[in-house]
Amino acid sequence: MAEAAIELIGINKSFGAVRANRDINLEITRGTIHGIVGENGAGKSTLMSILYGFYQADSGEIRVNGKPATIRTSNDAIATGIGMVHQHFMLVDNFTVLENIILGAESDALLKSSIAKARSELERLEREYGLEVDPDAIIEELPVGLQQRVEILKALYRGAEILILDEPTGVLTPAEADHLFRILKQLKDQGKTIVLITHKLREIMAITDSVSVMRQGTMVATRETKKTTVEELAELMVGRRVLLRVEKGEAKAGEVKLSVKNLVVKDQRGVTMVDDVSFDVRAGEIVGIAGVAGNGQSELLEAISGIRKAVSGSVTLDGKPIDLTGAADPGELRQRGLAHVPEDRHHVGLVLAFEENENSILGYHNDKRYLKGPLLDVDAIMADAKDKIAKYDIRPANPRLKTANFSGGNQQKIVLAREIEQDPGVLIVGQPTRGVDVGAIEFIHKRLIAMRDQGKAVLLVSVELDEIRSLSDRILVMFAGRVVGERGPEASEGELGLLMAGVEQKEAAE
Amino acid sequence: MSTPYAKLPAWADYGLIPLINLAVAFIVAGLVVLLVGENPFRAAVILVEGAFGRGQGIAYTLFYATNFIFTGLAVAVAMHAGLFNIGGEGQAYVAGLGVGLVCLALDRIVPWYVTFPFAIAGAALFGAAWAFIPAYLQARRGSHIVITTIMFNMIAASLMIYVLRDILKPEAMQEVKTRMLEAGAQLPRLNWIIELFGTAKIRSAPFNVSFLLALVMAYLVWLLIWRTKLGYEIRTFGFSQKAARYAGISEVRVTIIAMLISGALAGMMSINAIMGDQHSVYVDLAGGAGFIGIAVALMGRAHPVGIILASILFGVLYQGGAELSFEMPAISRDMIVIIQGLVILFAGALEHMFRPYIQTLFASISPKSVGMAAVKGEGA
Amino acid sequence: MSFFDVIIQTLDSTIRLSVPLLLACLAGLYSERSGIFDIGLEGKMLAAAFAGAAAASVFHSAWIGLGMAILVSVSLALVHGFASITHRGNQIVSGLAINFIAAGSTIILGQAWFQQGGRTPALAPNERFEAITLPGAEAVRSVPIVGPIYSELLSGHSLLVYVAFLAVPFTWWVLFRTRFGLRLRAVGENPAAVDTAGISVAWLRYRAVICTGILTAIAGAYLSMVQSGGFVKDMTAGKGYIALAALIFAKWRPVNAMFACLLFGFLDALAIRLQGAPLPVIGKVPVQLMQALPYILTVILLAGFIGKAIPPRAGGVPYVKER
Repeated sequence: MAEAAIELIGINKSFGAVRANRDINLEITRGTIHGIVGENGAGKSTLMSILYGFYQADSGEIRVNGKPATIRTSNDAIATGIGMVHQHFMLVDNFTVLENIILGAESDALLKSSIAKARSELERLEREYGLEVDPDAIIEELPVGLQQRVEILKALYRGAEILILDEPTGVLTPAEADHLFRILKQLKDQGKTIVLITHKLREIMAITDSVSVMRQGTMVATRETKKTTVEELAELMVGRRVLLRVEKGEAKAGEVKLSVKNLVVKDQRGVTMVDDVSFDVRAGEIVGIAGVAGNGQSELLEAISGIRKAVSGSVTLDGKPIDLTGAADPGELRQRGLAHVPEDRHHVGLVLAFEENENSILGYHNDKRYLKGPLLDVDAIMADAKDKIAKYDIRPANPRLKTANFSGGNQQKIVLAREIEQDPGVLIVGQPTRGVDVGAIEFIHKRLIAMRDQGKAVLLVSVELDEIRSLSDRILVMFAGRVVGERGPEASEGELGLLMAGVEQKEAAE
Repeated sequence: MSTPYAKLPAWADYGLIPLINLAVAFIVAGLVVLLVGENPFRAAVILVEGAFGRGQGIAYTLFYATNFIFTGLAVAVAMHAGLFNIGGEGQAYVAGLGVGLVCLALDRIVPWYVTFPFAIAGAALFGAAWAFIPAYLQARRGSHIVITTIMFNMIAASLMIYVLRDILKPEAMQEVKTRMLEAGAQLPRLNWIIELFGTAKIRSAPFNVSFLLALVMAYLVWLLIWRTKLGYEIRTFGFSQKAARYAGISEVRVTIIAMLISGALAGMMSINAIMGDQHSVYVDLAGGAGFIGIAVALMGRAHPVGIILASILFGVLYQGGAELSFEMPAISRDMIVIIQGLVILFAGALEHMFRPYIQTLFASISPKSVGMAAVKGEGA
Repeated sequence: MSFFDVIIQTLDSTIRLSVPLLLACLAGLYSERSGIFDIGLEGKMLAAAFAGAAAASVFHSAWIGLGMAILVSVSLALVHGFASITHRGNQIVSGLAINFIAAGSTIILGQAWFQQGGRTPALAPNERFEAITLPGAEAVRSVPIVGPIYSELLSGHSLLVYVAFLAVPFTWWVLFRTRFGLRLRAVGENPAAVDTAGISVAWLRYRAVICTGILTAIAGAYLSMVQSGGFVKDMTAGKGYIALAALIFAKWRPVNAMFACLLFGFLDALAIRLQGAPLPVIGKVPVQLMQALPYILTVILLAGFIGKAIPPRAGGVPYVKER
């Protein structure tokens, strides 16, 4: 008799004007592995955070094992038998495994008995689930796979019957991921209920019993895994959105402007984020990089634009190399005709506390046009800003207004105007329409096409598949740091969706 | 981002909230006055009268304010670069040595207006040098600038006592200080300006041309921060290190240059003390002005105009406080130290304490004034 | 006086001089280990010194003095907590504010209440924590070597001296052997981990700053009720900052803290003893250099030239629940 471990009824949650979860209903059967899939920002993590007591739902009901549950804090969640393995581990790096496990679950005021208890409990868990880990190891000295295991052990130690894992394989190697799945299956066999949040369809198909799909804050479907296909899930995930077709003619690709060869980039934790990536971008074409966020696109952009050091490989701009080792000076790259619209306009592309006109010269403040000796030529900057405001229809049309007070779309136009109006040879753009209103999206898309038609090379990174498909002349798909495929703009959403989800394609399709 | 601060009208942001914070600081200070058994309102009246009642008082008020303008500007420049320079006290103190060496060399041979520019250079150079090491260690080796500047304040105190006692003090003198500086190192007084407004003859107030230097520096700081390329880089770095990186602005360069300028400004305070007042280099010549600079910069919102106003306020407290201690023996000038602490607490650490209440108030009076413009479309 | 006597006496004054540093340093350790930086040790110590001496002389009891010292110091610690935990204010600014408030109010209140130029009345013996003679100290005094070490160096200190040195193993025990200590260390490293484990970050940090308040109170009481027989204005004279330096020097560890404070106390004792007299081998060392040495050493340490002082990772950063 299948019984619901968790029932969510009519859950709503908004952050300011953003509705992260709308009227969510979900039922998860006890003793099963239930997957929740969806694109970034679909509302999966928010939903699970509500279940774990990290946020409060604005409305709705949570039932655990058939009984209404009030979960206001993580403590309540733990008490009702819910455990969570966060995407970013909640571990104290310089503590031992044991210390991390007992933190918050100590049996009394002194540690001795807790530690002894945890040690024997760990031995039991190790026997039962094959979760071996050295209890006295320091967390920061363990590989990520083992750190994650400690997170799972933490939850089990607290008596979790329901275990939520948020994007658990994001940081794991394939071998580590396989090991994790074996553990999860074993946990299921012991009667635990597992909720797996992921955007990787391969994992869903491999391990779950049932799967729910979220899109833009709503729960669009729940399926039995056996009765669905990767294609169906991919379609449900991205939805059949009306494609914003942008009028554009044939691309007339010219000489190679930007060339990336065998590029390898690591993030601050030392994890390889860009793994041996090579491609060219030619004059007069838009090359789109599709992929789910976190698959190395951000690091790729940062390395090319000189913000982040690369480990190896080479990048050439107009045939001349860019110094990757010392993190090439972004200012120098600008002078060489490489303009960059960064993904994070709030913290990188703009200084929100600045007036609009001040942001319209960010990065180009060394340009003689804006200077009178060591002084800023305020009149020239202001005239220039007004000019861009008119050309890009930035509203309100007030160059003295604080940038924070512009809407997302207008902020993005400020960045685009600044970068495009410098007439660069190469434009690299990250998430050009994230958080941008519909009207501005169309405007931005037209601008990018115009750049292409003027014979500029454009490299576009976006998690919006629509955008990639409607703008690009060639599409590269990145998954786990690698370029896993190249397609033309005519490629179907399903096909790209599969590539993005890391599902291996039959070589015949190439 | 969980509770985005709704927007308030600019006048509330830059006028109302600082005034409320200041008012609370003074109310608490008033409680201390009550605690020592005096009437806080009478104390306030004596304070203001002492500072403004006579030409003498005004001159003293402006003399003290001069010190605070320099140190306040120093803290503000570093603040714009996102750096907290607690070391103004030490930088001003060591800069006194720079001023002293120039004066000792020149005071008997040239008139003051020849000595003055060299003294300014000496002050700036020594002050900047004392700020350089903490700046370098922060930029290159990641040592926390707050801790290193605190340490450098303490080191400066020891160093200066050593230099003054063991090297510069004339054998015959009892007190630990240099010989008296002569006419070539004494700055002209400006008391006559106040007398122009019809006050009685001012006998002895040390209000001098350093005040003009302070005003010039305030203007230059404004120019630097808001009108030069360097200032643009400093502000970009101070607001967002990521944006600075993106814009090709060197973290090391901005950190070091901002601190050098900060140290130089703090250093100039010693000109007022040495050439304007005591006419010698003496122990503890910064006298806490470096720390008051922090209160002044916080209160003045790191803007030169705000700093000048805040400096005059503290000048009033200093001068009025001196008068107050005559009238109310229970209250000494140390009352200012309390007020200074309270201002730092309420205008600095508890800056946002009253903000939510003000926002609610504004929202209930006129919802439009707290528009949510920035929040729109900032989705995940 | 024999060379041995000189050594014993110097070490004896080393102990006396390092006690306030040690107490303040351990005080800072609780706060900073929990992720709250505290440059207000100086102010809390000063306020406690005043409150202790004032209460002791008014109520004729050392213990009431100590109680009042704790009350005042903890109140200031709570102000720091209110600003930096509840209101997520700048911890440096808040600490600085407390230093000034303490510096000013001790003088103003002292003058108003006692009219002795900011001093409190001289404390009578029963209003101070007097020296304790350890059992057998007189008996062994004449035994060579061991006698003077026991009777001069170890015996004859005030209760608070023994408290200070016992606070070292006690702090170690609290930090590494109790639930509170585990959570305290965790919240200074990764408050999110503590939060998701269902523990209140704010309450934990408040308890940490209360511990800081209690220990700075004892440090202050030592200054005014043991080292001198009453409060003198600005009597901490930068000891709070040396304690801060010692804390960094000790890399935020209790036993290291004791050695750092003893080292800094020793430098101070040496400076007093030498008074500019030449040292063997090195020659004449300016007193001021000896006084500045703790700070210089700390700067060198901070620059990473001798080991690396890594502060608690969440130190100085207000905790905001992330979205």
